[in-house]
Amino acid sequence: MMRERYINAALLGGLLLVVFWAYTGDEPFTITLATRVAILALAGVGLNIALGQGGLVSLGHAVFFGIGGYAMGILASHAQSYQPLTLGPLVIEGTKSMPLIWLTAMVASGIAALLIGLVSLRTGGVYFIMITLAFGQMFYYFAISWPAYGGEDGLSIYVRNGFPGLNTLDPIQFFGLCFALLLAALAFHAAFKHAPFGLALNAARQSPDRAQAVGLDPTRLRLIAFVISGVITGLAGALFADLNRFVSPTMFSWQLSGELLIFIILGGTGRLCGPVAGAAMFIALEHWLGGLSEYWHIYLGALLLGVVLFAPGGLIGIATRREAAHD
Amino acid sequence: MTEPVIETRALCKRFGALEASRDISLDLRVGEIHAVIGPNGAGKSTLISQICGGLQPDSGEVRLMGRDVTGWDVAARARAGIGRTFQVSALAMEDTVLQNALLGAFGASGRRLGLFRPALRYRDLRSRALAALDRVGLAGQAAAPAAELSHGERRRLEIAIALTLAPRAFVLDEPMAGLGSEGTKEITNLLNELRSEAPILLVEHDMDAVFALADRISVLVYGQVIATGAVEEIRANAEVRAAYLGDSA
Repeated sequence: MMRERYINAALLGGLLLVVFWAYTGDEPFTITLATRVAILALAGVGLNIALGQGGLVSLGHAVFFGIGGYAMGILASHAQSYQPLTLGPLVIEGTKSMPLIWLTAMVASGIAALLIGLVSLRTGGVYFIMITLAFGQMFYYFAISWPAYGGEDGLSIYVRNGFPGLNTLDPIQFFGLCFALLLAALAFHAAFKHAPFGLALNAARQSPDRAQAVGLDPTRLRLIAFVISGVITGLAGALFADLNRFVSPTMFSWQLSGELLIFIILGGTGRLCGPVAGAAMFIALEHWLGGLSEYWHIYLGALLLGVVLFAPGGLIGIATRREAAHD
Repeated sequence: MTEPVIETRALCKRFGALEASRDISLDLRVGEIHAVIGPNGAGKSTLISQICGGLQPDSGEVRLMGRDVTGWDVAARARAGIGRTFQVSALAMEDTVLQNALLGAFGASGRRLGLFRPALRYRDLRSRALAALDRVGLAGQAAAPAAELSHGERRRLEIAIALTLAPRAFVLDEPMAGLGSEGTKEITNLLNELRSEAPILLVEHDMDAVFALADRISVLVYGQVIATGAVEEIRANAEVRAAYLGDSA
């Protein structure tokens, strides 16, 4: 759809514009907010592949977000204390290098997604939601009861990790990095959707019987999609931890899994930039309404209710339809 | 004698007290259309499911070109050469007609499903899908979403997808269900052409179509095949007339 393409460009361009305005006006806090949007949108892009393309309502994607966060926290804390990490015979040096941390985060969340997927994809519907939620809670309570890395208090990293050639402590440069990764993930999603795998995955969501009748295995397709999805959300987790220079068990919380779902539903399920619109809306509400009242989630709830009832296509759905009415 | 393409041997399937399949042995031979008829609840859908792999028989076996495939799942049997259509159209409704047909081409090719290159750029598979759409007269609607097709067009798209699989056998579950006389005629002509490509196991209610197309007919009543034979034999069979056709046939 052409119109959706313009709206996507406007969304991403708008985010850049806000950052540009904040940069020239010397408002680093706004840049940090925009960075949050980019990172949460990236996590949402991950979930959108499982949910939008695969139809998998995962209420446990915080697992991957948290694993990404702890991958960063653990590696960086060992580098910070000059104590190598020993796993039996294996001795791993800590690192402050973002590319290495990202790789670790992605591999670890990919493995977790594979194992969780193998179990939970045997079920469907409500059971799938419940099993993914259960896995999320397992990781959450595990992180709380793991004193080596801060337990309930979490883990602070004093200096942001480094990326070759960049000063990541400069908000605008770190934003650029996160935004580039978001664009890469969006480009991947766009290609994926029309590639044979995406076609098969989408068909398996719409009609599993049809997929099987042409020799495709829906469970296998969903498992692969779930792993890809977990890997992207895991990467976002590592970035999020780096943004805050802090990891804590809340990154594993079911509220976070729910928020990721909310981004997608707000923005438009399965829409390429749905998570971007959703995350931007969420952060904007949190920022403005959060200043007015501690209970700003009431308004978020009302908005979500409105979208679900009156605009199942999400914010992007509303925008494309209005555009359509113009011509 | 050449080996049958599909063969069932003494298939039995029970659902509680209901005997849906009772010792069903039938075969589909090269070049023929074998119709399975029977009143509602006779166990036709259960039989199809067991042949295509959706249901496991309690006992008995299903053979595909001489190989025992009883333990295989639906996808494996599809790759081995069963091209089926559904009684209620099973299509990816949000996708275009061409994408639906491409899905079959990809499934049958057994290739690894790529993550990057657009599916429409796989030239060979695309032309295979378009050729199948052309066969059923849907080439003009290739770019339309499947949801916008009429009921009759959806039935033809189902057949086109089966065609992209280049199957060894077609298993068609009531391809004329819900069609008017015009649509029925179209499908009848289409199936008549298809038999040269692969034999057809046809479950159908429309007796005119069955009598026009079938080389052999099996009559299923209460889960049991009460007669199998050429069209004239079945027409003349007293038991069949009593059970199903009514005396007017």
